[in-house]
Amino acid sequence: MPAISLAKAPQPAATNPAQIRNFCIIAHIDHGKSTLADRMLGITEVVEARNMRAQYLDRMDIERERGITIKSQAVRLPWRSSLDGQEYILNMIDTPGHVDFTYEVSRSLAACEGAVLLVDCAQGIEAQTLANLYLAMENNLTIIPVLNKIDLPNAQPEKFAAELAKLIGCQPEDCLRVSGKTGDGVAELLDQIVAQIPAPVGDANAPARALIFDSVYDSYRGVVTYVRVVDGHLSPREQIQMFSTGVRHEALEVGVISPEPIASKGLGVGEVGYLITGVKDVRQSRVGDTITTYNNPTKSALSGYKDPKPMVFSGLFPLDGADFPILREALDKLQLNDAALVYEPESSAALGFGFRCGFLGLLHMEIVRERLEREHKLNLISTAPNVVYNVTMDDGKQVRVTNPSEFPDGKVAAVYEPIVKSTILAPAEFIGTIMELCQDRRGILLGMDYISEDRVEIRYDLPLAEIVFDFFDQLKSRTKGYASLDYEEKGDAEGNLVKVDILLQGEAVDAFSAIVHRDKAYAYGVMMTGKLRELIPRQQFEVPIQAAIGARIIARESIRAIRKDVLAKCYGGDISRKRKLLEKQKEGKKRMKMVGRVEVPQEAFVAALATDADIEKVKAARKAGQ
Amino acid sequence: MLSFYVHIPYCIKRCGYCDFNTYTPSELQDGATLEIVSNDYIDAVLRELEAAPTDPVPTIFFGGGTPSLLPAHDLGRVIAAIKARNGLTADCEVTLEANPDSVTAEKLAEYLQVGFNRISFGMQSAKPHVLAALDRTHNPANVEKAITMARAAGFKSISVDLIYGTPGESLEDWRETVENALSLDIDHISAYALIVETGTKLAAQIKRGDLTMPNDDLMADMYLLVDQMCEEKGLTWYELSNWSKPGHQCRHNIAYWENKNWWGLGPGAHSHIDAKRFWNVKHPTTYKQKVFAGETPVLDSEQLTAEQIKDESILLGIRMRDGLQIELLEPHQLEVLAVYRENGFVQLQEDRVILSPAGRLIADRIVREITI
Repeated sequence: MPAISLAKAPQPAATNPAQIRNFCIIAHIDHGKSTLADRMLGITEVVEARNMRAQYLDRMDIERERGITIKSQAVRLPWRSSLDGQEYILNMIDTPGHVDFTYEVSRSLAACEGAVLLVDCAQGIEAQTLANLYLAMENNLTIIPVLNKIDLPNAQPEKFAAELAKLIGCQPEDCLRVSGKTGDGVAELLDQIVAQIPAPVGDANAPARALIFDSVYDSYRGVVTYVRVVDGHLSPREQIQMFSTGVRHEALEVGVISPEPIASKGLGVGEVGYLITGVKDVRQSRVGDTITTYNNPTKSALSGYKDPKPMVFSGLFPLDGADFPILREALDKLQLNDAALVYEPESSAALGFGFRCGFLGLLHMEIVRERLEREHKLNLISTAPNVVYNVTMDDGKQVRVTNPSEFPDGKVAAVYEPIVKSTILAPAEFIGTIMELCQDRRGILLGMDYISEDRVEIRYDLPLAEIVFDFFDQLKSRTKGYASLDYEEKGDAEGNLVKVDILLQGEAVDAFSAIVHRDKAYAYGVMMTGKLRELIPRQQFEVPIQAAIGARIIARESIRAIRKDVLAKCYGGDISRKRKLLEKQKEGKKRMKMVGRVEVPQEAFVAALATDADIEKVKAARKAGQ
Repeated sequence: MLSFYVHIPYCIKRCGYCDFNTYTPSELQDGATLEIVSNDYIDAVLRELEAAPTDPVPTIFFGGGTPSLLPAHDLGRVIAAIKARNGLTADCEVTLEANPDSVTAEKLAEYLQVGFNRISFGMQSAKPHVLAALDRTHNPANVEKAITMARAAGFKSISVDLIYGTPGESLEDWRETVENALSLDIDHISAYALIVETGTKLAAQIKRGDLTMPNDDLMADMYLLVDQMCEEKGLTWYELSNWSKPGHQCRHNIAYWENKNWWGLGPGAHSHIDAKRFWNVKHPTTYKQKVFAGETPVLDSEQLTAEQIKDESILLGIRMRDGLQIELLEPHQLEVLAVYRENGFVQLQEDRVILSPAGRLIADRIVREITI
């Protein structure tokens, strides 16, 4: 057997870099990466068969259930190549597979010399995979193309081998064929990793430089930092230093994951492992940062470090106002493990006290919300997500707007919004409908290429605001689910953007304001006034609902005065029934908000601000309360 | 004083809109006739009566169901028993709810004989298509006949019940109905907006889309119309859904609205004695079993708190012509009412707050606002 027992394998801190291969697997969410990783753990015998479970490396429940991996991990796999009979150490670095985590992916890639490009041979390559592939190629990684799920009856290995060959410039027959499910071809793949991917190169005598490619908070150990040593050596009990902040810590423990953490005597050039310093907050150990030693610090950091930058903002409010302190605690706790999550308290006339939260993107937002609800038993309402706008006033003043209600009054010279470069992969039959959608969303076509006979790659610049709205849902529904999307930041651009206010009885309700493109302001106004007319009950006087840009009214509706709200009969048993109804309504009344003299039920705010799922939730809660 | 309500839970057939506690004899007992169930049922009511207080009685009201289905001598046993144990006031009002189809001159004379002096006919509408939508069986022409007979028999106070807002009923249909009712020799009108109760045939027809309920605006116009037409004919409103000639208000119903003491006899009947409300088991068979076994038929009860009593007095009082006494209202309640006054929904008359016709149409909303 090509497996080597851990005890006999080359040991951490004493492994010749020539024996090391660092690789990652680039794959789309459901293309079988975790299953392939499971097979690798099994075949190298780092996990005994009786301890094996599906998606072994995906620690959090939420990851396992949704089939996605949020946090990467690095696993040290000893392997004896059947090609040369030599012992090797393979470090498999698991990468996140979603658009929101591009930066984390890029850091994981930077820790590797090669990448396994894993594609489901029943589906073909997807946009996110393509984006990560390009990222890997830019980083000069050796790419090993692999077709997975060859056991599936609808597998089309020839077709997708040709597609991959075209993308990476190899021959179709160079694509390996594996089945993560049955294990077919996995040993051959490990041999090819050894054969094709270069060994890491570094200077063992230089000052230490290690790249942080992941940082995870563990409630028992504090922050666990995953590193790839480039030069020098990291040892336990040593004083280490973060390059970006200069902060100094003691390395309490250094080790490798195989796949459980094993403390080691250190980590040498080219090695991948973890270190624990006792810090409690991942923001003190940031992905992309360089770790060096305090006594012999390096003068040059590894390149590519960036601060995580929230791109999408949304308000999170507890359905029950009394849960606000729980939400605060939950966010504080979540932030220990999520350097990209930012939040600050926010109060809304409609939704009470909550937090304005910033996320890397929509998936990040969903994951945070789901974890808050699941792990902290919170019932949350989230407002429609929006992006960050930079507004320049006529007097040159700059205002950063993360919430439409902060949009400045007065003379606006220019509004800048984030633009993303997006890539869409889809069957060619959908080109028309995709272009129509992108055009409608203010897209600028950058180019289009056939990646195989019937599949195209379409590239557009799109305002991020259009994507966070419902672009992805639209794309999926218009292409029967076949299209995939990836995007990356491309800076800000000036947009013809305006703030649309919604006025009830002449009074602006800040919760309903939105920043939209001028051409869409009218449609937004009509939609919102129409929606509110349905949602706000008739009052004792007529209530005009208007949409306005500044002082200019662009749409109007009105809620007519109420005419009838009385039960005609009131005898005998009706009296207590009526009183009980009144007592129940007293409860409901507490959930009404007064906007000026207009009574607005909470549903109206929720329906106007939140997602459909939230609206259902509020209805269900209301029903249960009755 | 103690008023009595006597529930007669029988009908020949159930009307499509009705969710009252009433049964056809065959629903209760296979092959049973009214004669069989009636005697037995009245025995049960008399047993229940034994538990009631013995204060003198100013009003008795026989409702249902269709009380006029039962023979006069059976209903008369109840009146006689109450008279014997409590005593009736000199002007005691004794009302019979009657179906215009189920009365004859002889029967009416018998009812008068056993002590009834007020009769209320379920007219509902003068328009055949409206009656059909309501699933009512009577011929509209019978209403006039029945009223003439009742007057001839000697009833001093005659009322009709009307329903408006039936699917398919236009404002013009309603005008004709009210005109027709006011042309009759009556002293009192009750007019009720049709309520679609869940579980009724009507609710199913509406759910299926076979019938469509009129919108609230039409309902409101119908209310304003009946109010105006009654007032013009000298029938003035004294409660939200009731109009009468002077001296012909239904004193029994006023007892409900003034939170007097009243006892409901029969299955499902509610009672109010001092600050306590209680109500009987619903089904006639269970009711009879309990009563004959010497057990109380009371299913449940509630003792009203001071706040509940106040809420009730507001929600009942505001429906009446005399309205609410200002001194009983708190400043924040008066503030709310001031806004309604600006918008023409309430009027201030001396020391009272009184609803305008438009205000009566939103009485429940106003009550919600001032009690919450």
